[in-house]
Amino acid sequence: MAAVEADLEACQGYANCVVGADRYFDIDDDGVVVLLRIEVADEDRRRVEEAVRSCPVSALKVTDA
Amino acid sequence: MTRTLIVGASVGGVRTAQALRGGGYDGEIVLIDLETEAPYDKPPLSKALLTGSAVPDGIRLLTPEQAGAARIDLLLGLRAVGLDPRARVVAFDDGSSLGYDRLVVATGGSARRPPWATTDGVHLVRTLADAAGLRRDLAAGGPLVVIGAGFVGAEVASTGRRLGLDVTMIDAQPYPLSRSLSPDLARAVLALHENAGVRCLMGAGVSGVAGSRGRLTVTLDDGTELKAATLVAGIGAAPSDGWLATSGLTLDDGLVCDEHCRAVGTTDVYAVGDVARWFDLARGRHVRVEHWTNAVEQAAYVAHAIIDPRSPRPYRPVDFVWSDQHHWKIQVIGDATGPAATAILGDPMADQRFAALYADEHGRLRGAVVVNWPRALVRCRKAMRETAAWRDLTADLHTAVGRAGA
Ligand SMILES: Cc1cc2nc3c(=O)[nH]c(=O)nc-3n(C[C@H](O)[C@H](O)[C@H](O)COP(=O)(O)OP(=O)(O)OC[C@H]3O[C@@H](n4cnc5c(N)ncnc54)[C@H](O)[C@@H]3O)c2cc1C
Ligand code: SF4
Repeated sequence: MAAVEADLEACQGYANCVVGADRYFDIDDDGVVVLLRIEVADEDRRRVEEAVRSCPVSALKVTDA
Repeated sequence: MTRTLIVGASVGGVRTAQALRGGGYDGEIVLIDLETEAPYDKPPLSKALLTGSAVPDGIRLLTPEQAGAARIDLLLGLRAVGLDPRARVVAFDDGSSLGYDRLVVATGGSARRPPWATTDGVHLVRTLADAAGLRRDLAAGGPLVVIGAGFVGAEVASTGRRLGLDVTMIDAQPYPLSRSLSPDLARAVLALHENAGVRCLMGAGVSGVAGSRGRLTVTLDDGTELKAATLVAGIGAAPSDGWLATSGLTLDDGLVCDEHCRAVGTTDVYAVGDVARWFDLARGRHVRVEHWTNAVEQAAYVAHAIIDPRSPRPYRPVDFVWSDQHHWKIQVIGDATGPAATAILGDPMADQRFAALYADEHGRLRGAVVVNWPRALVRCRKAMRETAAWRDLTADLHTAVGRAGA
């Protein structure tokens, strides 16, 4: 199963990922991404990858675990 | 095997190629750009790249290795000069040509060059080479004069102050960002710049520039003369659609497309990003958007449409643009123009975090401006998609302000 990773230092809080896949991403009060789950279900993969590609600072990635 | 040819390898083109592969497209993907640089991202060009906190290799969108791994044929240094949509062939400046089954036009835009911008020491900011040249000149010291107080100009002015330079920003409009923000908010942005030490000459026009790098003189319409070491013109961009002039496709300040981002009159030519003027059902007219997130969303949409041409869903994005200026992270969602915001939570002139909301004539949220307030940003972006009730949204944000003590 694939997993999602976030670079909390790089994140700028633009929330594109939250708009793309809000079951996986949220942001906290300081504007840093919060991973709501790590493992990416197969049926969500395309959507999550799209959300990952929508991050303006490339702070997210999906890896095959 | 079918071939998708993508012309333009900036964020729109690169993301289309990646979304095609990510979505299971098995055909050939050819991605072409006139630049010889590996694809890179533009937003840092007016910000981190000028201060040196980002370097060119940190802003790549697609390295040759990544392209290879995703089976994307990345061809650099090749300029498209013509299209024959009937024969499905694109011609290039080296005399070669390439056929396609699907074509994606992603040639973006280029910075408008003012008539007096021939002088050495006058910079535009659109490419990595532009930014590198500007960085070098800024390192030699000020004063810096920025002409145009749109997003790019205002960001360069902010970066100039961060570098400790003496900065003047000039615009014919009364406020910065006046094409995107209502005057009450634009006035707050003006105050932001003034408080940060930018000398703002609004409502002023430039009649000429003389001298050369390090010793420029800018003359304004009223005769005022300003000394500048470096001058930046941020007066907007024009779509790069000239190569389509003889194609027979409809051009009108961009490639004119239907609500599915398909060039009108074709079934196999799509456009994404700054060059696309598509029919937006929500607004009931053709629009062209010059923002990063639109290019990415449109790329994902077009990739889906190529993979599954039966998907009938039209392209209906919610505009979103961010801009970092001084200590403000300004985020504009949807439409924030008009005479004034409908409601403002926090005080834009005094607080460092606030949200301005705009209602349409039915009392629904049509736009928002959020500064330094991540929670409100998420709430507003979701509300725009869900067409949430106005009262719920403002009540929610009021509670949040109370809690945050903004
Ligand atoms: C300095 C700067 C700062 C920005 N900051 C922000 C920001 O903070 N937030 C935000 O939301 N947006 C920002 N933007 C806007 C955002 O970067 C653009 O909307 C985005 O780059 C559009 O992507 P695109 O792929 O459509 O076009 P472009 O990025 O313009 O790329 C088009 C590509 O096509 C190539 N090309 C053109 N003609 C041809 C041809 N004939 N043959 C082959 N190749 C060709 C070009 O070389 C270029 O690589 C900024 C833009 C600039 C310039
Ligand atoms: S899109 Fe990127 S920068 Fe924005 S909140 Fe998500 S991870 Fe952070």
